[in-house]
Amino acid sequence: MAIAVAVILLAMGSVLFFFLSPWYLTPLASNWGTIDDTILITLWVTGAVFLAVNLFLGYVIIRYRFNRRRRARFDPENKSLELWLTGLTTLGIAGLLAPGLLVWASFVSPPKDAHEVEVVGQQWHWSFRFPGEDGRLGPVNNRLIDEHNPFGLADDLAGQDDILVTTPHLVLPVDRPVKMVLRSKDVLHNVKVANFRAKMDMVPGQTSSFWFTPTVPGEYEIVCAQLCGIAHFAMRGRIEVVEQEDFDAWLKAQDTYAELAQLAPGDPAAGEEHYNNCVACHGPEGQGNQALNAPKLAGLDPWYIGRQLWLFRSGARGSDENDRFGPLMRPFATMLPDRQAIADVAAHIASLPDRAVQVSLAGGDPERGAQRFRTCANCHGQQGQGIRATNGPRLAGMSDWYLERQLQNFRQGVRGRHREDPYGNQMVEMAQVLVDDRAVSDVVAYIMTLPQPGAEVASTSPGGREE
Amino acid sequence: MAEHGQRSVPHAQADEFDDVELVHPKSFLGKYVWSQDAKVIAIQYGVTAIAIGVVAVVLSILMRLQLGFPNTFTLIDPSSYLQYVTMHGMIMVVYVLTALFLGGFGNYLIPLMCGARDMAFPYLNMLSFWFYLAAVIILMASFFVPGGATGAGWTLYPPQAISPGTPGVDGGIVLMFVSLCVFIAGFTMGGLNYVVTVLQARTRGMTLMRLPLTVWGIFMATVLALLAFPALLVASLMMLCDLLLGTSYFLPEMLNLGEPSSHAGGTPLLYQHLFWFFGHPEVYIVALPAFGIVSDILATHARKNIFGYRMMVWAIILIGVLSFAVWAHHMFISGMNPYFGFLFATTTLIIAVPTAIKVYNWVLTLWRGNIRLTVPMLFAIGFIFTFVNGGLSGLFLGNVTVDVPLAGTYFVVGHFHMVMAVAPVLVLFGAIYHWYPKITGRLLDDTLGKIHFWVTFLGAYAIFYPMHFMGFAGVPRRYYGFGLTTYIPDSIQTLNAFMSVAAIIVALAQLVFFYNLVRSYFRGREAGPNPWHATTLEWQTEHTPPRHGNFGAELPVVYRWAYDYGVPGIKDDFIPQNLPPDQVEKSEPLAQMSRGRLSL
Repeated sequence: MAIAVAVILLAMGSVLFFFLSPWYLTPLASNWGTIDDTILITLWVTGAVFLAVNLFLGYVIIRYRFNRRRRARFDPENKSLELWLTGLTTLGIAGLLAPGLLVWASFVSPPKDAHEVEVVGQQWHWSFRFPGEDGRLGPVNNRLIDEHNPFGLADDLAGQDDILVTTPHLVLPVDRPVKMVLRSKDVLHNVKVANFRAKMDMVPGQTSSFWFTPTVPGEYEIVCAQLCGIAHFAMRGRIEVVEQEDFDAWLKAQDTYAELAQLAPGDPAAGEEHYNNCVACHGPEGQGNQALNAPKLAGLDPWYIGRQLWLFRSGARGSDENDRFGPLMRPFATMLPDRQAIADVAAHIASLPDRAVQVSLAGGDPERGAQRFRTCANCHGQQGQGIRATNGPRLAGMSDWYLERQLQNFRQGVRGRHREDPYGNQMVEMAQVLVDDRAVSDVVAYIMTLPQPGAEVASTSPGGREE
Repeated sequence: MAEHGQRSVPHAQADEFDDVELVHPKSFLGKYVWSQDAKVIAIQYGVTAIAIGVVAVVLSILMRLQLGFPNTFTLIDPSSYLQYVTMHGMIMVVYVLTALFLGGFGNYLIPLMCGARDMAFPYLNMLSFWFYLAAVIILMASFFVPGGATGAGWTLYPPQAISPGTPGVDGGIVLMFVSLCVFIAGFTMGGLNYVVTVLQARTRGMTLMRLPLTVWGIFMATVLALLAFPALLVASLMMLCDLLLGTSYFLPEMLNLGEPSSHAGGTPLLYQHLFWFFGHPEVYIVALPAFGIVSDILATHARKNIFGYRMMVWAIILIGVLSFAVWAHHMFISGMNPYFGFLFATTTLIIAVPTAIKVYNWVLTLWRGNIRLTVPMLFAIGFIFTFVNGGLSGLFLGNVTVDVPLAGTYFVVGHFHMVMAVAPVLVLFGAIYHWYPKITGRLLDDTLGKIHFWVTFLGAYAIFYPMHFMGFAGVPRRYYGFGLTTYIPDSIQTLNAFMSVAAIIVALAQLVFFYNLVRSYFRGREAGPNPWHATTLEWQTEHTPPRHGNFGAELPVVYRWAYDYGVPGIKDDFIPQNLPPDQVEKSEPLAQMSRGRLSL
């Protein structure tokens, strides 16, 4: 008998759970209220069937429980009952399918006046491209992607005025239908904003698309909804929905492909002058100074130095109230007047001689650290050499005390939590893999055993691996 | 309805199989290791599948530990988490459920229920198991190669299954595909056997429309598997070529963590079509045997004929056929031509009709029955409840528009675990409690069985029902952690912890089951030949457990369908399929029920 009670209580409890549970669809922020309607219709129909079947089941178990003096009724078939049930089920199914297909018909036909945005997925970042004044997205090919052409734009006039947004932050105008044209540089991804309901996989070698109209101004989080490797869970982005004029202003401030191509490369000679401000702490050769809490800079790639200077300058790094040393860097970064100055000083640092570093910390176990490092290796490289494409800076050959402090900062969200620091956000997520202090010192100890790329051969390099 | 009656149609072909020569081995090795006896092979399959299933359960607990208590366990990093996800899924779907239903119950029950001495090709049948064992060993080996097992998700989608950034691209993925190929080769040997045995080796009188639904379910599932697995086989081989030989079936021009790859011109979607052309029928490869078995458990323990037998058979066939026309509902938002959505949503929802009919008929079988709440019956009722839940949530995902926001979320995880994990596993347990007395001659302990049932049934519901709500809230699946995700409320973490605790309890409850299996083998109550008073042929064997050759000197002759329970005017409340009509005892006239339409 308990089973009948269980079936009845579970059936009613399940329905009750639906009404009482705090977990339901996120607030709708697009035109796809019709999708929510189809969900609601399905919920009502399936809920009713669920209750009916299970309550009847519970009743039957009680009513026809075993009785030695009774026999089951011999009842092999009942054509009319079976026909009725089949007919009603078919009707119910048709009732679900019809609205589904109707909404799908509008899902697959973007309005004529929809503006286009290309979303590019890569392991594990988002970037975006708007057509320029010609209203056309220039042709692209994954083959052509390199550091200077991150979108792989072909040599074609249509692409010159395309507006490139390389940070995973997109701005869209409210109440204007937008067609998201999707492609991928590497594996499958799926651009998902829960509040918009619509989403679609991005597939390398082809484009896919979906459309929606953002209807509520605000900020929405992009997550990846198609498994794309180990940092899948940390592939985040943001869509900000704003009024048309704010959107126009934002779009205007973004660079076109032609503008990016014209940017003068960093000039090491010009950067030397700016670097004079850095010398006091980081040393004339960028070798760092632990006593002054200044990390080694030599050996870091210009793109990473440039980004960090930009973050310090804008306050996206070093402004957390629990950050002890970051704020010391901020005034120096603000002394750099513009983008060019940052590029110059980064170029200068890249030209500094890269000398091997000494191990300054004890206690970490490199063998255990090697296990932890397999997560890091995906973005920072097997040898910790850094990978531009994954936005993972070089780790090998950098100061161990600094690596440890930054890992702790990331773990605790002291660094990388700022909303304008997307790659820092990602590192905050990834740093959670290091569950305790020991894991941090282990992984740092392992990094110190990696070959130090570019390091000038020092007679004694206790951190370097003998090869 | 005369055809369930006593009209006996001698089955001409059966005579040819009356005197098959079986090789009766003398040595221990020949009897229990290199055995060609389908029953021994069934147990070999069963034990191997359960052993590997335990591994898969442990993997799921490791996953649940990370989800419930994130960033607590040093050992679980994103790579290992994805490896657990992948291996848990693949092991459960292919190496446990498929192997246990078809290799295990198929082997044990098909010859017995059809009235055959053994499978049509016993030697091939033996080979089938050894291939399966090899596939399992290869799969397990992938945990120990450098880089570990693959973490590509059980669907193994390219490009990420074979490109850097995914765990296991160094070797795990190769072993995965090799193992699948070996499994498929082995399965084909077994599968041909099951089909040929059902079609050719039925005993005299056992017409197709007198077969127990268990055999129908397993038979149809085998047909599906024989047609579906080749798609997976070619997909596996093509992927291996892409990985090892540099072909580009599935790989377009793309980057590998920033470095250009040498591939060009392939399409990842081709793999998805191949995979799901296998993958969707695979759902029914698991579900149809469960449908069949549960029908027999319900009828036997409710002491009532199955309701609408012919409808049930046709539903099995229809579901089987339709299952090959719905695969792209797994790909609504894959980037394929979206117009396919119209077609595949329609076919998918059509398949709900025969499935719903099966549910109605199970409930209507209980209706006006005389329900004995034995342990197998409890599991069967648990199955109906769970399957109704899982089937209905399928209507969300199959209806293209509704799928869009729910795809890739925990709604999907909740749905397929209800319909394809919990429901079939409940049937498996029910089936083990039901047939264990025939396999060992002893009954499983009732109290332990009930404890096992209640914890498993309620616990599994507590794990998977709330997942649907996480899906509504948009929580994506295959995530190692949810971190700072702003739109996911903190309460989801509490829910995750709750589900993890439930999962651990359910996993521990399986220890009760294993204890019961072992203890009852030595000390269980003697079952006798037919403890459930069932009608089908396996309960009418001369010996319990049945010996090699299954039946005595003479093969049984079948006179009626498998569901003569509670026939009015008959003394016992069941009539075995092989009881000659002149030996059926009539009851005293008083007790005769004259309820109409049945002309016996």
